Amino acid sequence: MDLTEFAAAVGGEGPVTISGLGTRGGPVAGVRCVHAPAGIEWVQADEMIVSCGAGTRVDELVAALAAHHQTVALPAGGTVGGALSVGHGDVRRLGYGPVRDVLLQARYVSAAGELVKAGGPTVKNVSGFDLCRLLVGSRGTLGFLGDVILRTRPLPQTSQWFTCSAGDPFDVFTKLYKPISVLWNGSQLWALLEGHPRDVAEQAAAAGLRAGSGPPALPVGSRRSVAPSTIASLTGDFVAEVGVGIVHHVDPWLRPVGDDRAATLAIAIRDQFDPGRRLNPGLDV
Amino acid sequence: MNAALVADLTAALSADRVRTGTTELGLYGRDASNFPGSAGVVCFPLTTAEVQAAVVAAVRHGVPFVARGSGTGLAGGATPLDHALVIALTKMDAVLSVDPVNRFAWVEPGVLNLDLTRQVTKYGLHFAPDPSSQQSCSIGGNVANNSGGPHCLSDGVTASHVLAMEVVLSDGSVVVLGGDEPEPAGLDLRGAFVGSEGMFGIATKVCVRLTQNAPAVRTMLMDFETVEAGAQTVSAIIAAGMVPAALEMMDQLCVQAVEAYIHAGLPVDAAAVLLVEVAGLPHGLEADVARIVEIGMAHGAGTVRIAQDEAERALLWKGRKTAFGAIARIKPNYYLHDTVVPRRMLPEVLRQVYAICRRHDLLVMNVFHAGDGNLHPLLVFDKREPGVMERVHAAGEEIVRASVAAGGVLSGEHGIGIEKRDFMPLMFGPADLAAQAAMRAAFDPSGLANPFKVLPSPGACGDVQHVPAGAWV
Ligand SMILES: Cc1cc2nc3c(=O)[nH]c(=O)nc-3n(C[C@H](O)[C@H](O)[C@H](O)COP(=O)(O)OP(=O)(O)OC[C@H]3O[C@@H](n4cnc5c(N)ncnc54)[C@H](O)[C@@H]3O)c2cc1C
Repeated sequence: MDLTEFAAAVGGEGPVTISGLGTRGGPVAGVRCVHAPAGIEWVQADEMIVSCGAGTRVDELVAALAAHHQTVALPAGGTVGGALSVGHGDVRRLGYGPVRDVLLQARYVSAAGELVKAGGPTVKNVSGFDLCRLLVGSRGTLGFLGDVILRTRPLPQTSQWFTCSAGDPFDVFTKLYKPISVLWNGSQLWALLEGHPRDVAEQAAAAGLRAGSGPPALPVGSRRSVAPSTIASLTGDFVAEVGVGIVHHVDPWLRPVGDDRAATLAIAIRDQFDPGRRLNPGLDV
Repeated sequence: MNAALVADLTAALSADRVRTGTTELGLYGRDASNFPGSAGVVCFPLTTAEVQAAVVAAVRHGVPFVARGSGTGLAGGATPLDHALVIALTKMDAVLSVDPVNRFAWVEPGVLNLDLTRQVTKYGLHFAPDPSSQQSCSIGGNVANNSGGPHCLSDGVTASHVLAMEVVLSDGSVVVLGGDEPEPAGLDLRGAFVGSEGMFGIATKVCVRLTQNAPAVRTMLMDFETVEAGAQTVSAIIAAGMVPAALEMMDQLCVQAVEAYIHAGLPVDAAAVLLVEVAGLPHGLEADVARIVEIGMAHGAGTVRIAQDEAERALLWKGRKTAFGAIARIKPNYYLHDTVVPRRMLPEVLRQVYAICRRHDLLVMNVFHAGDGNLHPLLVFDKREPGVMERVHAAGEEIVRASVAAGGVLSGEHGIGIEKRDFMPLMFGPADLAAQAAMRAAFDPSGLANPFKVLPSPGACGDVQHVPAGAWV
């Protein structure tokens, strides 16, 4: 399926939902469902960019890039479009950055059934407003991603998890230079370090870390987003991403009410992009 | 002058911070670009509440308002049109709080880029985006233009370093976009605001991410007999899986101008010079330095000069950073361009840039962020020469077209503003532009926040419709 066929499938009228592999929530029930084109169009390793259909499996993309000694900072599993639309990073976010920094260009199908391009193919680009940032995490409510250009990153020479017991996560955290991940459960700490093997070993030794397996199993009751300075006071069964503020907790969580004006602004944006709420109807972002 | 607006502003701020004098209106009537504008009133708020009052007053009187940081923008973003109200944020320049452990800070928009870094040096941190104008540009301007700099190659541009902002919208409301938490609920409004060139609202507080200073840094200079060899070295370094902290290139004319200015012992006979900086932990760093030198040699580098101490490193960077001062010795005026091309296209596009400038009988120097493919052709001229401005603009347009045709984009860091507004159709079709206009309509339904920038008016599109389809990418 090419982009034009995808746009025709989405059409311009009536409720429609989109699904990748269903690993991140799947389609809206009871609504006509479409799928984005899949497949890697090209890898330009020397430009550190890759182009693929939004329906491409993340694992397939990661494997293809590994052949070029590169990778992409998307969480494993599901499709590229799903990972971008949900916008949640994985535990390497501290070092790899948020998912929103990965998307350079997107071609999507709008609520009117038109193909729209956002962004551009180069890593550095400030040509016009940053529509790509808005699409990441929008759960398909502003448009359905068709194909994308993503920035890649070199694979590290070494990548290794370490661990130690820690009553205060920041003791170790402040001793490390640009760690990829630091996780803490209240008593134990895990750190993922990457780079030159000798640097990795020296960093670990200086911070009192020993080689260990990681990451630990992440509790699945809730995935919380909190100010990173507040994690030291967490209680219960949790794993917190130090320096980031994502907390994986066994207990459910009620997100504190956000800024009212921001919420009405988001509605105004949806009114502009999909006044009839036909794209993933009923889905709350 | 709009007397009713001035009266409202004076009541809300104070008389000495509302200015209508000819000198001030002249001063604030333009930014660092070549585009003339006209300011109606200039005001200098001290607080979010005063910014809010100024915006409400402007909208009540139907007057457009333009946020202004330091006015160093090069695309006309802060240039007021139609006697707009200029809201200058320079007096809101406090660093409000720093969290040195989790590495972020809340700052007011008028804080200067380099001042922020200076204030957090004691924690071993810095603000990563480092525009060449960093001594004078403001964080608010950096956010609005999504600015970059030499060290954004490995660390990313401003968008990657802004977590949240407090914004005054054109309806007078104050909203916080994003937050110091990593995944705020809802759409990424923070991300949408970065790069909005003052057209979505006015940032009154910004939460920036701070970056750890590298434990070790190595800076080196390599020279080449051809521009192509230098450009190919750049591609080869990245293709080898390294992302240096900075990878900058200067061509011969530029090196000669700089050398005459700072006497750093730069290789004035070389066609191109690469400034490469690697930063990080010692073993990875030394391995990268060795590989980079090897790649440079394989591409015919004449000499490789590795800075032996901090003083020499500073000297090499001084060469890069004073390029603009240096060229003033050659001709009194310059026009700095800013486009991005795929790295592999650098040799070809540079060839075209030289040819274009030769055709228009203009002097061009290239000093640019080669690692990002971010070209900065610097046209130098004397504007007193009759007809020269026409040639400067014609050459500029050809450079932009050549860059987009090579698979590049209109701007890498200066933004669109007035300068490139009418080139937007080179990159975007009507539906693409409509989507961008929809973003703006949601943030600023009044249309009074810095109007007539970025988005081409429908009439202007016809001008560039003959662009070949291949330019669309
Ligand atoms: C010699 C020289 C070198 C330069 N080098 C670089 C470089 O290396 N990299 C680079 O990216 N740029 C560079 N620039 C361009 C310029 O310095 C940057 O764009 C800078 O970020 C602008 O900051 P400013 O405070 O001067 O903003 P201004 O010029 O005052 O404003 C720029 C835009 O931001 C808007 N704005 C300002 N403050 C706010 C606010 N608080 N809220 C909302 N909108 C606001 C304005 O309306 C305008 O659209 C250079 C300029 C010069 C003159």
